[in-house]
Amino acid sequence: MRPDDPQLKRLEPPKLNLLEQTYLPQILGGLAVTGRHILQSALGKTFTVEYPREQTLRSPNYRGVHRLNKDEQGRVKCVACMLCATACPAHCIDIVGATAPDDWPDREKYPESFVIDELRCIYCGMCEEACPVDAIELTSLYDITGFSREEMIFDKAKLLSVYDVTKDAEPMRTAPLTPPDQPQPKAHEYATAIEAPPGTSQP
Amino acid sequence: MTTIDLLGTFLKILIVVGISQGVVAYLILVERKIAAWAQDRIGPNRAGLELLDRPGFRRLAPLLRPLIGLGLLHPIADGVKMFVKEDVVPGYVNRPLYLLAPVLAITMATIAFAVVPFGPVGATGANFLGFGDVQFQIAPGIDIGILYVFAIGSLAVYGVILAGYSSNNKYSFLGAMRSSAQLISYELPLGLSILGIILICRSLDLNAIIHWQDRHVWGILVQPLGFLLFLISAFAETNRLPFDLPESEQELVGGFHTEYSALKFGMFFLGEYLHVITASFLITILFLGGWDIPFLTDQAQTGWFWALVKVFALLLKVGLLIILIMWVRWTLPRFRYDQLMDLAWKRMIPLALLNLVATATIVQLVRG
Repeated sequence: MRPDDPQLKRLEPPKLNLLEQTYLPQILGGLAVTGRHILQSALGKTFTVEYPREQTLRSPNYRGVHRLNKDEQGRVKCVACMLCATACPAHCIDIVGATAPDDWPDREKYPESFVIDELRCIYCGMCEEACPVDAIELTSLYDITGFSREEMIFDKAKLLSVYDVTKDAEPMRTAPLTPPDQPQPKAHEYATAIEAPPGTSQP
Repeated sequence: MTTIDLLGTFLKILIVVGISQGVVAYLILVERKIAAWAQDRIGPNRAGLELLDRPGFRRLAPLLRPLIGLGLLHPIADGVKMFVKEDVVPGYVNRPLYLLAPVLAITMATIAFAVVPFGPVGATGANFLGFGDVQFQIAPGIDIGILYVFAIGSLAVYGVILAGYSSNNKYSFLGAMRSSAQLISYELPLGLSILGIILICRSLDLNAIIHWQDRHVWGILVQPLGFLLFLISAFAETNRLPFDLPESEQELVGGFHTEYSALKFGMFFLGEYLHVITASFLITILFLGGWDIPFLTDQAQTGWFWALVKVFALLLKVGLLIILIMWVRWTLPRFRYDQLMDLAWKRMIPLALLNLVATATIVQLVRG
């Protein structure tokens, strides 16, 4: 729009009267606002929490430290397919696969070693999406610390222990959307369910 | 002056200086709490929490925990920190002036208390062990008290200027330059705004001004404009927001006290809060009736009970004013330098002169 456009509407700042020119009413208004906040907070209505003792709830899809899930028999669920390591944009996952023991009939391989460098990780969650057996998941733990870089490289035992710590608060997201014996939704039905905004879905 | 009088004065000096410096430590806590509350935070409540785990303190835990929750141990920790921190004196400073500046700042802030009454003065009837009436003022009977306070208040700017000059640092120097310009500019409306109440009360003695307000009405009712001008100038004189340009952290890295550390910095801090206390005392005495409670107190009331009631009333008003000053800090943003100067020279000084002329005319007409 050009400056001399006839449609351009020019707005003048409102003229202040004598009282407003002293700015005293505005200052009193400001004092009222801060005074209200001071009184409210003094009576205990604050918006901060005392962090280590109290913690706020993270959203359920918060992407924190990884865990390696275990199946019902307590075995690691991972089948060492390398999909997460391939998907990882930060190349922070290092898996050494090995032939599964003979008494594990449901899979051919398992991870002999599974190492994640938590300092390299960018917490994007793509490993979680890539995993075909829901073995790797991101938890809502975020306050991990260490005295050295080596300490922040989590091996299989540590990742499995994260599962033990968090499994009660955050159950595994492995329940299938539809039980296998019922008719599976078609691909186009998936698409409409995703595209339709909440509350407007067709019957 | 008899020996007893001298001893009494020494005692009063000890009490006033001791209490005011202790109060400053807790004012910093109040400031931090109000800052936190204005921002919907909880504020300091941690200092001393580890003490509860020590074996000796475990039995005291129910007693100590609420005090710690209010942050009451923070000022003590702050004070200890100020004393034991390393005192760095940079190699490039002008050493004698650098060492003199904080001393000046704190001395000037402290000796202003000499003439400020903190209770009734005169025939108080509050007899102390038969030695005569207690005067709630270190130097009672000074009939130009207000002049003394203003003279000392102006000297306080030397602490700031010398600190900035001797630090040999451009930010410190800029802070000191701003400070000197600001303090000199606001001395004028500060001085002019009280001339009205002095004309009305016909005295420069702070006690006479309180007595006049006790007999008639509070100064704020006869001098509303004078009160407003004095309040605004007092904010500028004490370097408080919205006029804290000399030490604006964002632009000047702290201003004149950038190069000071440990106890020297603490002395500037102490001086600044003592100024706030003095300014609150002056506003209370000049415009809010001093120790006067309307329809309740009278100059003729004597005895310990009334003396303590008056002391309490005065200190309560001073406390509320200090809270107002801290409250304003979280309400108004800092002025720009030219706006600050405009406000002083183009608005407040003409208004103060107008107030003075109008008051003088009315006083002349009323008295005939």
